[in-house]
Amino acid sequence: MIKKGKAFKYGDNVDTDVIIPARYLNTSDPVELAQHCMEDIDKDFIKNVQEDDIIVADKNFGCGSSREHAPIAIKAAGVSCVIAKTFARIFYRNAFNTGLPILECTEAAEKISAGDELEVNFETGEIKNLTKNETYYAEPFPDFIQKIIAADGLVNYVKDSVK
Amino acid sequence: MGMTMTQKILAAHAGVKEVKAGQFIEANLDIVLGNDVTTPVAIKEMEKMGVEEVFDKEKVVIVPDHFTPNKDIKAAEQCKLVREFALSKDIKNYFEVGQMGIEHALLPEKGLVVAGDVIIGADSHTCTYGALGAFSTGVGSTDMAAGMASGKAWFKVPGAIKFELIGKPSKWVSGKDVILHIIGMISVDGALYQSMEFVGEGLKHLSMDDRFSMANMAIEAGGKNGIFLVDERTIAYMEEHSKREYKIYEPDEDAEYDEEYVIDLSKIRPTVAFPHLPDNTRTIDEVGDVKIDQVVIGSCTNGRLEDMRITAEILKDKKVAKNLRVIIFPGTQKIYLDCIKEGFAEIFVHAGAVFSTPTCGPCLGGHMGILAAGERAVATTNRNFIGRMGHPDSEVYLASPAVAAASALTGKISNPEDLE
Repeated sequence: MIKKGKAFKYGDNVDTDVIIPARYLNTSDPVELAQHCMEDIDKDFIKNVQEDDIIVADKNFGCGSSREHAPIAIKAAGVSCVIAKTFARIFYRNAFNTGLPILECTEAAEKISAGDELEVNFETGEIKNLTKNETYYAEPFPDFIQKIIAADGLVNYVKDSVK
Repeated sequence: MGMTMTQKILAAHAGVKEVKAGQFIEANLDIVLGNDVTTPVAIKEMEKMGVEEVFDKEKVVIVPDHFTPNKDIKAAEQCKLVREFALSKDIKNYFEVGQMGIEHALLPEKGLVVAGDVIIGADSHTCTYGALGAFSTGVGSTDMAAGMASGKAWFKVPGAIKFELIGKPSKWVSGKDVILHIIGMISVDGALYQSMEFVGEGLKHLSMDDRFSMANMAIEAGGKNGIFLVDERTIAYMEEHSKREYKIYEPDEDAEYDEEYVIDLSKIRPTVAFPHLPDNTRTIDEVGDVKIDQVVIGSCTNGRLEDMRITAEILKDKKVAKNLRVIIFPGTQKIYLDCIKEGFAEIFVHAGAVFSTPTCGPCLGGHMGILAAGERAVATTNRNFIGRMGHPDSEVYLASPAVAAASALTGKISNPEDLE
């Protein structure tokens, strides 16, 4: 699958409390959660983000709480993919489990600027920066993760295995 | 090649003789945990899986603790959903308001978790039970759903960092100071995807409550889990609280560690994490003049009886500083009752503090002590991210109960050593 969108750029340690503050966790409705996505560090994010846009961040993206509401909010905001140098481990699991594509790529995180037009191929991990005319390659996912992706998320993976 | 404590537990639960760091395994689960925020999402995902019953009615634990007692109508609806699910699935370990506690204080106290277990919980601080020598880690709601449905979870076997603890901490230094010191040293992603294994002769100077608060914050260093070697103190705790059989795993002598640190507990000073990350630490000697508006003592990190005792010792026959809000919330109903029996509750109220029912409320900015713009709190909780306890322009300073209680008397971040 190939997605095209513009980059929203953030730094290190974007935590789940800023992705979706706990004060909004009294609901699990994706549309409602999306309205508050990133608001504590970027008030204008939800105003400016468009379908298929891409979040690009440095290291340890999604650190903190285990709230699955974080990848749910990002996905419901229309974001097609998150690229970071590294992801915090619970967020990493949750992203695959909820079907939010994520890519680990240090070069992309360093070279992409806010507003760059990107084209991302999730199968090959190829990230094209159309604004800067550069191409970066993300780390391929381990085979086990590929199986979960192929099953279209953990729900289906488990559905098949418990039968 | 030898295995770490975590690797041995995972191998046993995956039914294999040996595992290596980086390997993907599927492990059998001893406990699957959820709360009122994460369980509603898990219920929906379990429905999508087409699974009617949980894998084991005794092994699923649900604790509504985040927004309880229900803070608003939406929270009440979520709690209702969770309650009805627990009743309809006949889940034995569902703890209603009035019998509950903050999940990570409650499960060890109720004897539901013991050494050698593999535990997942849809709450990041599930790593707390590593204090008992269990493998315990936080996951999201979909993993919780898969765990409830199948009794299994997938893991990438972690490598480990070994922390050898030596020496004896000074009077006002607790497990909280030790873990803040370590997070300050290795940073908030210093243990990313790794186990933090705590061993060494210094362990004998750390109470179970110290160890719970250290294991609790392994996630704040990015760790998959924190785990302590089992000793006589751990065994005594489990025998007092649990009827379950436990199994002790020790690391092989030739276990391979990614990194090794020796931590001299006698050299650790009371430590404070400044906004807005738990690794932004300073010793109490470097804090300077930081005036505060609120003190919060409690949470899954520091709401245990020993934390209450230290707080009571400092607040006894004193008054909290003028115009300062001091909120004390014990971890469980049992700790609450013990605070009454031991006279702590009276000390807190006489001092001018709020003594609350157990709840996660203020720690995550849910309710029961939210900060306004520009306000500062000293808290014995675990996170000081932007907006964690309220307004995005408020600030949280993480500290031990002793530092927090000393600060409650002065209205600024204070050293408990200066009280003597």
